Amino acid sequence: MIEILLFATIKAGTPLLFATLGAILMERSGVINLGVEGLMLVGALTGFAAAHTTDSLFMGVITAFFAAMAAGAIHGFICVYLRGNQIVSGLSLTMFGIGITSLFGRSFVGLTISGFSKVEIPVLSKIPYIGQALFNQDVLVYFSILLVVAIHIFFYRTKTGLYLRSVGENPGAADTSGINVGLYRMSAVLVGSGLAGLGGAYLSLAYTPFWVENMTAGRGWIAVALVIFAQWNSTRAMAGAYLFGGINAVQLRMQAMGTSLSPHLLMMLPYLFTIAVLVIATLRLEKGSTPEPEALGTPYDREDRK
Amino acid sequence: MIRFEKRKDASKLFTAVAPFMSVIFALVTAAVIMLFAGINPIAAYAGMIKESLGSFYGVSETLVKSTPLILTGLGVSIAFRMKIWNIGADGQLYMGAMGASYVALYSGLTGFTGIAAMFAAAAVTGGLWAGVSGFLKAKANVNEIIVTLLMNYIAIAWVSYLVYGPWKDPNGFNFPLTPRFSPDLVLSTFFNTRLHTGFIIALALVAFVYIFMEKTVWGYEIKVIGNNPKAAKYAGISIDRKIIGVMFLSGALAGIAGFGEVAGVQGRLQEGISHGYGYTAIIVAWLAGRSAIGVLVVSVIMAVILVGGDSLQILMQLPVAFVNLFQGLILFFILASDFFIHNRPVIIRSGK
Repeated sequence: MIEILLFATIKAGTPLLFATLGAILMERSGVINLGVEGLMLVGALTGFAAAHTTDSLFMGVITAFFAAMAAGAIHGFICVYLRGNQIVSGLSLTMFGIGITSLFGRSFVGLTISGFSKVEIPVLSKIPYIGQALFNQDVLVYFSILLVVAIHIFFYRTKTGLYLRSVGENPGAADTSGINVGLYRMSAVLVGSGLAGLGGAYLSLAYTPFWVENMTAGRGWIAVALVIFAQWNSTRAMAGAYLFGGINAVQLRMQAMGTSLSPHLLMMLPYLFTIAVLVIATLRLEKGSTPEPEALGTPYDREDRK
Repeated sequence: MIRFEKRKDASKLFTAVAPFMSVIFALVTAAVIMLFAGINPIAAYAGMIKESLGSFYGVSETLVKSTPLILTGLGVSIAFRMKIWNIGADGQLYMGAMGASYVALYSGLTGFTGIAAMFAAAAVTGGLWAGVSGFLKAKANVNEIIVTLLMNYIAIAWVSYLVYGPWKDPNGFNFPLTPRFSPDLVLSTFFNTRLHTGFIIALALVAFVYIFMEKTVWGYEIKVIGNNPKAAKYAGISIDRKIIGVMFLSGALAGIAGFGEVAGVQGRLQEGISHGYGYTAIIVAWLAGRSAIGVLVVSVIMAVILVGGDSLQILMQLPVAFVNLFQGLILFFILASDFFIHNRPVIIRSGK
């Protein structure tokens, strides 16, 4: 029972993990992206469409990454080069994503593919209780965990990562020391958007291998909230994503066991929980020094440099 | 080589034409996307215009759809003035509809008293729902964008719970609907159309919000906080209380939109009473800039797109969510045009 729940927790948490990591990457560069929900949808549809047409899940994943990247480029261009309002641009991206996927997704509704299958890691998967749950997952789950480590190393052990963080903290100073603020921000938005797209692709290629309109159901917004919970750290993002995966797993389990509780009330759980976690995370931020990137949400204009 | 430099003052010409240009650019871009999707854009646009403006009934439907947009748009724009983001007007609309429905179904009030109580209940439930995020923002600086947005999902699930569960019509063949409101609790309609008194209420509230923002101390203080929170603090304005108050007012307006939908359009509570009005309201408020009158004008334009988009669902079997594509594109172009309002291109000759 615990093993099944743990397994489901990780599976449900993985799309959130990808999306949260993408959002962290963007926000660290100083660009907030409320379009994650739309990017996930773009990733979910294009990933599914490519996998269905080419019969290759790998092609699906690659397509999802680049399609979401292309959609994210609109946001990047507006925020970085036109210095537009990041909040409005992000919201527009979500609307755009919902609209365009509903249009092009019509012909893919009702189709199925065989999604990613489990890959058992020898020895480790034999660990009692947790072995099967942690080490008998699909490759995307393993990839997402590698990504957590990679992003952590990138931020704290590489020069580029340091520069990226400085662009998010104090773009004026970064610019003075010769860092191309626009390039860093744009790159972060592009890669981050691609990762959000992978989150969507996980839904349509592994979690539930089909496409339905609006299949992300608010996960993009939960990811944006998780960034604050994670305090812009990739390792904490993993904890947050699995926490939500757990809520999801319990909710589905209760529904499957035929509880007398209304499914509509159960549906509210993840959102209620996100708000609770957000409040707690914000209160904790208030006490200590704030890890929020100093320049988050503010467009950088060299002429305004102090 | 071309580079852009800042204008000293925003270009008046660009400011005036930007919203219209943005809509046109969005329509052209959407047309290209439609071509890719194998849809004839000219036929689609012709259908949209014909359905929303081509007949007396079409125009009345456009005004019906503009009613909740005006109300939610006013709500979002009041919050905007203080640089507070209310992305939760959709959820507030649902909660307002719930409040009004509770009075209609269970209070036993009738006639004008009943209607007035429904109106008040909708405003209060919508206001309180938004007030939660205002409270969290004021007291703990919790991000109101995320809270208001997540509360949309909760409100929609809650209304679903009610209409599938405790409030379901026992004689309704198990459909997820509440019983019909008694006829004296339904708003009267005009000229055999679905246009209801709620539209007049919305117009009155446009005037109310205009006076509130432009002629009262409260409105003045809200604008000061929005423009310069530090100065507001020095002037002794209590920002926390304003945040909660403005959020309540913003949600109350959205709640009244919910009242209009159940009391004017549906005559009962059911799922799907909002066609994403609360999200469209963000565009309305952003496009309308700072004016309540602007909200009115933009709401009608957006309603044309909504009614037209609905008609495409029948004419061309397009999904309802397709309308979101227009909305996203319009906003993208508005943001891009902002750049040209504040910057002008300068041609630099090479060698200089």
